[in-house]
Amino acid sequence: MSEEPSKKQDLGKAALEEMKPPKEKKAGKRRPFGRALVIPLLAVFSGLVLGAILIVLTDMDVYAAFGQSFGAGIKAAFDSVVVAYGALLRSAFGDPARIVAALQGGDALEIRRAFNPFLESLVVSTPYIFAGLAVAVGFRSGLFNIGVEGQLFIGAAAATFVGYAVKGLPAIIHLPLALLAGAAGGALWGFIPGLLKAKTGAHEVINTIMLNWIAFRLTDWLLAGPMQRPTSGGMPITPEVEASAMLPQFFGAPIRFHLGFFIALLVAWLMWFLLFKTTWGFNLRTVGANPNAAKYGGMDIVRSTVIAMSLSGALAGLAGANQVLGVTHSMAMGLSSGYGYDSIALALLGNSSPLGVVLASLLFGFLRNGATQMMVATKIPIDIISIIQAFIIVFIAAPALIRAIFRIKAEKADETVFVRGWGG
Amino acid sequence: MAPAASTKTTVQIIQPVSTRRRVIMGITFLVFAAITLLVFLPNTASDLTTSFGLTPGGLKRGAVDNWVVNSQLTLILISIVTVLLGIYQLVRGFGKRTNAILGLVALMFVFAFLTYAAKGKSVNIGGLISSSLSLAVPIILGAYSGILCERSGIINIGIEGMMLMGALVGALVGSVTKSPWVGLLGSIVSGMLLALVLAWLSIKYKINQIITGTVINIFGTGMTSFISAKFMQTNEALNNTPMFTRVPIPLLADIPFIGPILFNNNLFIYGTILVAIVLQVALFSTRWGLRLRAVGEHPKAADTLGINVIKTRYMGTLLGGMVAGFAGGYFTLGSVGRFDEMMSAGKGFIGLAAMIFGNWNPIGAFGAGMLFGFADAFGSKLSILGSVVPPQFMAMLPYIITMIVLAGLIGKGHAPAAEGTPYEKE
Repeated sequence: MSEEPSKKQDLGKAALEEMKPPKEKKAGKRRPFGRALVIPLLAVFSGLVLGAILIVLTDMDVYAAFGQSFGAGIKAAFDSVVVAYGALLRSAFGDPARIVAALQGGDALEIRRAFNPFLESLVVSTPYIFAGLAVAVGFRSGLFNIGVEGQLFIGAAAATFVGYAVKGLPAIIHLPLALLAGAAGGALWGFIPGLLKAKTGAHEVINTIMLNWIAFRLTDWLLAGPMQRPTSGGMPITPEVEASAMLPQFFGAPIRFHLGFFIALLVAWLMWFLLFKTTWGFNLRTVGANPNAAKYGGMDIVRSTVIAMSLSGALAGLAGANQVLGVTHSMAMGLSSGYGYDSIALALLGNSSPLGVVLASLLFGFLRNGATQMMVATKIPIDIISIIQAFIIVFIAAPALIRAIFRIKAEKADETVFVRGWGG
Repeated sequence: MAPAASTKTTVQIIQPVSTRRRVIMGITFLVFAAITLLVFLPNTASDLTTSFGLTPGGLKRGAVDNWVVNSQLTLILISIVTVLLGIYQLVRGFGKRTNAILGLVALMFVFAFLTYAAKGKSVNIGGLISSSLSLAVPIILGAYSGILCERSGIINIGIEGMMLMGALVGALVGSVTKSPWVGLLGSIVSGMLLALVLAWLSIKYKINQIITGTVINIFGTGMTSFISAKFMQTNEALNNTPMFTRVPIPLLADIPFIGPILFNNNLFIYGTILVAIVLQVALFSTRWGLRLRAVGEHPKAADTLGINVIKTRYMGTLLGGMVAGFAGGYFTLGSVGRFDEMMSAGKGFIGLAAMIFGNWNPIGAFGAGMLFGFADAFGSKLSILGSVVPPQFMAMLPYIITMIVLAGLIGKGHAPAAEGTPYEKE
């Protein structure tokens, strides 16, 4: 706050400062890697603790045990959490005992089954990586893309259409084509608010929210009309994509682990390279960090905004394409389990860096996959994950809260302003 | 009711009209006329009549006979009036009244479409307006919630989450106590508590308000689905919500046409109208409202004049949360009678849109909400009438209109200047 006035007085100087290669500027400020992880780790920990408290509070057996005696109550509460999180861990990573037994037994199917939970978690993580990158790219360029969900749906619809309508192509052409269609669909849905923001100043948050709902209605119509499977008997679902458009799976059933995961990692690396190793990415980040300086430095803000939103949309579209081509092989309305909103948490948790987003996505993927089985084992609804995520976002977004809880000394404030008001 | 309110909205939004906009509007009017003349008219035989029902189905009080018109004649009349308006707009322009006339033209077009689509049959306009109103209630209330928060400088995109929470708590408390009133109290308090979180995180910890709102939405959706799955689906007694019943207002309910639509409803619809009036007066004609707006526009100036910025922002946000909770209560206590996961179905977000379309004014938001509700009701009517326009496209209209408004194509709204920025005393 105290730096503000002087910066405004000498925009040129500020611009020059921004122009300097990032290395020089950050050299003194660079935090050790461990330090950077403290807040995210504590945020996740706190989120899980609050989740545990919720599990205990909603467990009727615990109340019954407290009715008997205080000790029994504490034990029941403890058991309740251990059972729930134990089931979560087992179904996220696989049961070690079962893996060992399967390896000793040597039955191929049983081995696949034993390893499936771990690989399934990776499958669940994959769309998170794409979606999280989408929001992160937006954040880096000063844009808040709340429209990942809608872009994902449009991308998925486009990929599905190319997947089933185009026939007779070899997989080497068909699959990339379908993926590209997904990216293009998402990019279009990101391009619109980007252009509106750049040309008219209309805030991207409202426009992406509106476009989300337009996308839902549109896919609603597509699935029940033009894209409906002829044999679905009125169900809103598309035909199955051609085998040549499916992302290849590496192992036999029931393992669904597919090429998408590696594509996601590749895309994450590509994003890192684009954002941090190219002039283009530097421009994008400068516009995000300080639009005034960027303008002064002669950068094209309109172009940067449009490109950033389109790129963000394309990544979201890939998330949708990945789900359709890799997992479901056809599209229905239940395609997304709220990836759009989760992705905001991922970008925040990963500090909008591609590596961070990948790590955060793995965490969320393992949590969600674990929770699916936890629900079967303990009757705790999967929605607990959303609640834990909400807590994690709060703690990440308000480091002061975490510092207050764990009594960590404050570092120099360097919190990023992601978005300004509707007018800005 | 709907048309009157929506034209008022547009009047408030408009800015001085540029030549380009004048011509665009003129052409738009003529396009409406052309569709009526070239598509509807040739396909309507001269001996057909359209019968308009004027009383919502199932109501006896204030019922009136159907209004029967000759389809072809009506279409000719409407297209003549539209053409005249269009020519006048192109040549002279209606100036500041342009958007009001646009509303009128759009309304006539809808009427022409109904006349055409229901030729030889009957269509219940009374029922259409009545269902528009009930579909609009959560949208309008959501918009009020947004207005209260944003006028004080706090962006609230967590309306949806607050509504869901209000709906769940209303259903749960109502089912347990068997009293809709206690349930409603629960709804309002739960909305307020979530707003307290929003205000606390935004004001004390200065978290980006969009993130806070998103957190409220994720938490609201997650928590309500969790509780619903854990308790209410396994124990139906917890999800058997008593509802507010229709209370006809004496005398007023007997007015033909208007009475059954407006004055024979439940608490929520009266409440929505009442809040519109109270809020409009409070915001623009009282010291309280002036202070609230000052804090949202220029907190530093307000602070200099001795207004407590922080306290005012808490107050605005908490009131906004209470209204959102009330809106949530409408779903379970006023409309459905039980809680279903995700039952608010994006109404909170349309409320946000209505707030923008209504230019952050309560009366404007009421008009916008009615318009959006009408689009919704009209969409379902269309699918019954067997129209070529899929209902999904009608349902998209509110969002598209909002984007157009936001882009400044119809007339730009003005958001409170200081919203989204935490206040720091120097």
